[in-house]
Amino acid sequence: MQSSIAVKRKATVLHLKDRNIRMLKKELILRNPLQLMGYEEEDIIPAGGFGAVLAHAGTGKTALMVQIALSTMLRGKNVLHISLQDPVTKVSLWYKELFDDLTKLYNVAQISQFWESILPHRFIMTFKVDGFSAPRLEERITDLTEQGIFAPQMVIIDGLHFNETVRKTLTELKALAGKRGLHVWFAVHTHRHEEAVPGAMPKPLQGVDDLFDVALQLRPSGKDIHIIALKGAPSASSQQALILDPSTMLIKDQN
Amino acid sequence: MNSENSKVRNIGISAHIDSGKTTLTERILFYTKRIHAIHDVKGKDGVGATMDSMELEKERGITIASAATFCEWRGHEINIIDTPGHVDFTIEVERSLRVLDGAVLVLCSVGGVQSQSITVDQQMKRYKVPCIAFVNKCDRSGANPDRVVSQLKSKLGHNAVAMQIPIGLESNFEGVVDLVSMKAFYFDGPNGEDVRAEAIPENLLPEAKAKREELIDAASLFSDELTDAILEGKEIPEELLIAAIRKGTLSRRLTPVCLGSAYKNKAVQPLLDAVTMLLPCPSDVENVALDMENNETPVILSGDSDKAIVALAFKLEDGQYGQLTYIRVYQGTIAKGSTIVNSRTGKKVKVGRLVRMHADQMEDIEAIPAGYIGALFGIECSSGDTFVSPGISMSMTSMFVPDPVISLAIVPKDNKSEVNLAKALGRFTKEDPTFRSHVDPETNETIIEGMGELHLEVYVERMRREYGAEVTTGNPRVSYRETITQRAEFNYTHKKQTGGAGQFARVAGYLEPVADGDFVFENEVRGGSIPTQYIAACEKGFRLCLQKGPKLEFPVTGVKVVINDGASHAVDSSDMAFQAAARGAFREGYAKAKAVVHEPIMKVVVETPTEFQGAVMGLLNQRRGMIVGAQDEGVMCVVEAQVPLAEMVGFSTILRSATQGKAQFTMEFALYKQVPQSIAEKIAEEVAARKKSAA
Repeated sequence: MQSSIAVKRKATVLHLKDRNIRMLKKELILRNPLQLMGYEEEDIIPAGGFGAVLAHAGTGKTALMVQIALSTMLRGKNVLHISLQDPVTKVSLWYKELFDDLTKLYNVAQISQFWESILPHRFIMTFKVDGFSAPRLEERITDLTEQGIFAPQMVIIDGLHFNETVRKTLTELKALAGKRGLHVWFAVHTHRHEEAVPGAMPKPLQGVDDLFDVALQLRPSGKDIHIIALKGAPSASSQQALILDPSTMLIKDQN
Repeated sequence: MNSENSKVRNIGISAHIDSGKTTLTERILFYTKRIHAIHDVKGKDGVGATMDSMELEKERGITIASAATFCEWRGHEINIIDTPGHVDFTIEVERSLRVLDGAVLVLCSVGGVQSQSITVDQQMKRYKVPCIAFVNKCDRSGANPDRVVSQLKSKLGHNAVAMQIPIGLESNFEGVVDLVSMKAFYFDGPNGEDVRAEAIPENLLPEAKAKREELIDAASLFSDELTDAILEGKEIPEELLIAAIRKGTLSRRLTPVCLGSAYKNKAVQPLLDAVTMLLPCPSDVENVALDMENNETPVILSGDSDKAIVALAFKLEDGQYGQLTYIRVYQGTIAKGSTIVNSRTGKKVKVGRLVRMHADQMEDIEAIPAGYIGALFGIECSSGDTFVSPGISMSMTSMFVPDPVISLAIVPKDNKSEVNLAKALGRFTKEDPTFRSHVDPETNETIIEGMGELHLEVYVERMRREYGAEVTTGNPRVSYRETITQRAEFNYTHKKQTGGAGQFARVAGYLEPVADGDFVFENEVRGGSIPTQYIAACEKGFRLCLQKGPKLEFPVTGVKVVINDGASHAVDSSDMAFQAAARGAFREGYAKAKAVVHEPIMKVVVETPTEFQGAVMGLLNQRRGMIVGAQDEGVMCVVEAQVPLAEMVGFSTILRSATQGKAQFTMEFALYKQVPQSIAEKIAEEVAARKKSAA
């Protein structure tokens, strides 16, 4: 009996570092903003499906999407982040800062190694707004997958203009997503002067909302930012209101 | 010497390779009458261009590449400080950025903002250097200054605003319209030396007016007076507009953009005007020194010529009369005959000869007051040393110097080369703290170490050119490191009783990984189980083990050693015995601490035409690179990756052949990272083979 305890203890000592990291990883996955909201599926949207995060400029679209991406990367899935507005360095800074903010709560040594270990699950691509199209994206993704460099499972598209012609692009992207089984999230910029009628979809999504499985809106109210599901809300029983802390753009702990 | 500090400009000209920095510098020297004929820079390629100024200097006997060239323009004294272009020379670049107060960022009107411009810009940001941009090569086909201005905004985040608009473009480029004075300028004469001001051509008037509005709009943010004048609808005086632009430029919230073509001798003079009008004088800039007696706390220097001296030696050069030390005085005045102290070594020196460098000659001067740049003769020092008045202890630079990441064995070809090589190494190691050399005691080879392959290549080339030292080089060797990944205890007894005096010492404690710092030693021995006088010997013993790790003989970093117990003997214990015990203890603990090998990882940025994007990513991926991202810029795209240095050997050739020579890349050290198991085995084999061949 005694010897088995000794063996057990030894094993624990050996993996102390790993255990810490593993625990942290679990914690962070649990903090997945959307699961906190009450969604049961880890990916929320099905393969080939579209999700949208809508908000005014500066309310935290990118921050929320990066948090969704981080929790996906932690689960070992590959995220392709496409930005049509920011350079690569800025996007990667978003990730680093949010990751640092997230992990600051946990005092774990070797955090930088942990960060290095999840980085290979991310790939950033930036395009000029007018240089972006579904065929072009497909070409790039094929480039990456054929050479075995990177095979995305989730795609984040930040900065696409939702104007009159967007339906064509979205339909093509939907076909691409279906073909490759991608979960695609879009950041959708809403304008203050286009305040929607209560109950109706905000203007940018009007006419294309049939393509989306989930639509979330960030609504500033007072000092906080609320996340509201406009479409594809989680089952009513488990639904929870979620609040973003505007200073860190992290999900606020409400416990 | 100009007594007014406000008429002095210390500027740098920074540029991407091949955007015309050398040509522009040369034209500036010509128009300021420092040289009397214009030569062309021809036949250079992307790689050759970094050496290009030195070659020029040799061929023509002028010192364009000299660290600081002095010239005068309309009553202003301008010191042009050379900023080496490539990131491999980071320390040198950063040192020269400290010395200058403002910069001209030269951009190619065809190529626009390229990867290296981004690096240079980041460095300028770090040192808060205000700058104006010069869009060069407006005569080239495909020239598009508007696009460059928008790239300055989008890629570098500058609030860029055009000061001029071009009169014609590409082969029809004739001159510029100045949006401040609203005049058209043409450049006549064989070398464009006659500036002719005329009314703005009719067809350009609407554009000029619109752009002027933009300029005034941008400038109005920095001046209430200007805003008032706009609101009142008055004619805006030139001085008011310039003062507002200058204010914006100095705070780095506005980047005025000039344009022209240095090669075609167009619009260089208006650029010089902009330098004198918009860039800061020494007293506009706040300089900070570190108080060495007070834990390197930053101290703001007053820039007062009457106060105690603080000056930085930023570049060394071998002249006919011995070592020439370029120096910038930040506070106080260095006068002939005064005494100054090198704050690094504490040595006092008396100032002998003081000079100021012109393009092709030097001029003796009596003193260098605060804000000025000059050179000293006959002073023994290294580049980056700070000189101060006796009695104060300040340093302009932190003593932190990154460790080299790559090494190369060199062997002189003949006797003469051997002598010259020693001279060259002595000089280079003084000039550049990131360049080091030593003799390997096992192989007897001379090893040089630096921050990248190109860094070392350039020095090997300089040995040949400047010192006539012909050397053969071995394969570059990456500087691996060892570290431990887990805590491990040790308890080692050193005992020797065979003949002579006996030796006895026992050392116990543990090793553990530490994230920041190479080596931490802690003494937790209580109750004197190791007598205090032997603690230092223990530390020394542990330290000795760090130079060659027990795993693969690479230097060990990131280890914390804690000793908490031990034993000694009244007669047989000694410093030697404890040192030996510490070495044994280290080996014992290390064996259990899961040692791993770390390798330097470089941040590699490749700029390539879009059609080769896939190929470039493939190349990087084959080299164990992790691609961070790809940035699509229309025709060009930028791929950013982290690649182990060991895999980057010879990358430039391979990249060139894979992209028809159309891609270029920059590389800088990013971090140390653990080597994957399979590679670690390969390294172990190599080390074993090397040992065998050495033996």
